[in-house]
Amino acid sequence: MTELICIGCPRGCHLKVDEQNGYAVSGNNCPVGAEYGRNELTNPTRVLTSTVRITGAIHSCLPVKSSGPIRKALLMEAVKALKDVEVASPVHKGEVIVRDIAGSGQDMLASRDM
Amino acid sequence: MYDLIIIGAGPAGLSAAVSAWQADLKSILLIERDRELGGILNQCIHNGFGLHLFKEELTGPEFAGRLIEMLKDTDVEVMSDTMVLDINGDHEVSLINTHGYQKVQGKAVILAMGCRERTRGAIAIPGSRGSGVYTAGTAQRYINMDGYLVGKRVVILGSGDIGLIMARRMTLEGAKVLACVEINPYSSGLQRNIKQCLEDFDIPLYLSHTITDIKGYPRVSQVVVSRVDEKFRPIPGTEMTFDCDTVLLSIGLIPENELSRAAGIVIDPRTKGPLVWENMETSIDGVFACGNVVQVHDLADNVAAEARKAAVAAARYVQDNQPHTGELTVKTAGNVTYTVPQRIHLPVTDKLVEISFRTNRVFGQCAVEVVDKDGNAVCRFKREYITPGELQKIAVPGKLLEGREEYLTVKVTEEQK
Repeated sequence: MTELICIGCPRGCHLKVDEQNGYAVSGNNCPVGAEYGRNELTNPTRVLTSTVRITGAIHSCLPVKSSGPIRKALLMEAVKALKDVEVASPVHKGEVIVRDIAGSGQDMLASRDM
Repeated sequence: MYDLIIIGAGPAGLSAAVSAWQADLKSILLIERDRELGGILNQCIHNGFGLHLFKEELTGPEFAGRLIEMLKDTDVEVMSDTMVLDINGDHEVSLINTHGYQKVQGKAVILAMGCRERTRGAIAIPGSRGSGVYTAGTAQRYINMDGYLVGKRVVILGSGDIGLIMARRMTLEGAKVLACVEINPYSSGLQRNIKQCLEDFDIPLYLSHTITDIKGYPRVSQVVVSRVDEKFRPIPGTEMTFDCDTVLLSIGLIPENELSRAAGIVIDPRTKGPLVWENMETSIDGVFACGNVVQVHDLADNVAAEARKAAVAAARYVQDNQPHTGELTVKTAGNVTYTVPQRIHLPVTDKLVEISFRTNRVFGQCAVEVVDKDGNAVCRFKREYITPGELQKIAVPGKLLEGREEYLTVKVTEEQK
C-alpha cells in the first residue's frame, strides 16, 4: 500500500494505492485520482511547462506547455531540447513550437499570443 | 461618468470586468498599471489554473488569455500602462498615464489591486547584504519573462506556493535547489505542490526550521539553517550550513492597499485587506473589493469567483440599491484566524452566504461550526482535513441567518473519534 497526494487538482486528495490488488485506489474523490494513483506507481507522467526564446516580442521568453503528459523520466531531456529553440514574434496560442519533444509523442505548444 | 471603474486587471479585475458586463453594466472602465493585462498570471507559466472556472487545466498565461478573450467580446474600456493615484469616497478616481493626469468618475468602484510579496526586511534575516536574495515572485519574473536564471545553487525560505513552483522551475532549468526551509511545523503551500515540486525532485523540506544567517559579499555564498522551538526561537547546536549563491523568499503576500487606506477604507489588521460585507462591499458605500487585495487566495479560480460576486453586487448597487436594515458581525474562535466577509447585511438576500477563512493549525477529521450570539448552532460542516496553507470555504444558507442578532462565530472543532 502506498500513500500519495493527488496532484490532479488543488483539492490534493490523500490517496492509498494497493499494489497487491491491481493498483486499486482509495481516498480519491473523483476519477482523476484513480487514474493518477495507478499511473504514478506504474508509469508516472507530468505536463511540462517551460519557456523558449522569442525575438521581436513584448518579452524575451515565450511560455510553452506540452500537449499532454510526458513520462517523468523524459522531463530533463525535454527541457534540454528547448534550450536552443528561438522563435520570432508573432506567435499564436496553441502553435506548435517543438514537435514530438524528446521522443515523448507530445508537442510543445505556445501558451499565449506574443 | 462610468457605471463602474475597476482598478487592476489581473485575475480579479479581468473577471470582475467580464462579470459586470454580463450583469448589464454597460459603461465600465478597467485600469491596469502594466503594459499588458493579466497581472501575475503572465509569469505563472505552470499549469493548474482554471479547473473550476473553465473545467480544464490551464497555465497562467492561458487562464489570462481566456479572460482577455471574453473581455474582447464586451465594450469594456481598457486603460493599460496607467497608474491610479487616488480614489475618494465619492467614487472619483485620479490616474496618470502617457496622456497625462485625469480624473474619472464612477457610480461604483471595484478594487482589484492584488498583493505583493513580503521581503527580507519584513522578517529581518540576519547576515550580510550580498546580492542573490530574491523574493520568489521576482525570480519567477526574471526567469519566465526575461530569461535570466537568477542562480545555480538555491535555498528557499518559506514554503509558499510560489517558492515551491520556483523550486521545480529552477531545477528543470539546471539549478540545484538544496532545501526548502519552513519555520512553521506545516507547509504553507498546497499539498499537491509539495508533491510535484519538491518530492518529484528529491528536494528536502525542513519544517520548523529557519535561516539564521546569510554569508557572503558581494554575492551570497552560504546560509545557515537552524531548527526552531515552538515559539520560533532558533535552537543552538542545530545549525546546518548550505553552500549556495541564491536565497529565494516565499514568506507570504501582503494585500496592496495604499489606495484603499488613503481613501479611508477600513482595513482588517488580520487580512491586511479591506473589511468587507458578504457582497464584497467595503466600508465605503459603492466601493467593492475582490481577489488578493482582500485576502490572499491560493487559487486564481477562487479569485475569479470572488470577483464575480463583487461585480454582481456592484451592478446591483448601480442599478437598484436597496438599503439594508441590519447587520451581523462575523467573529472567530479557537484556531480560526480570520473570516471574509467580516460583516453580513441583514436581511440576507442571497440563498447562500459564503464565508472563507484560514486556521492557524492543521486539523484532521473536524467540523466547522457557525454559532449565533446565544451559542445556538446555526450550521455545521464536516471536513476531512484542514491546513493553514489552504483557504477554507463554507456556504451558510441565508435562511438560517434570519432572526440572528449582533454576531455569528465561526470555529473549528476536532471530531471526537
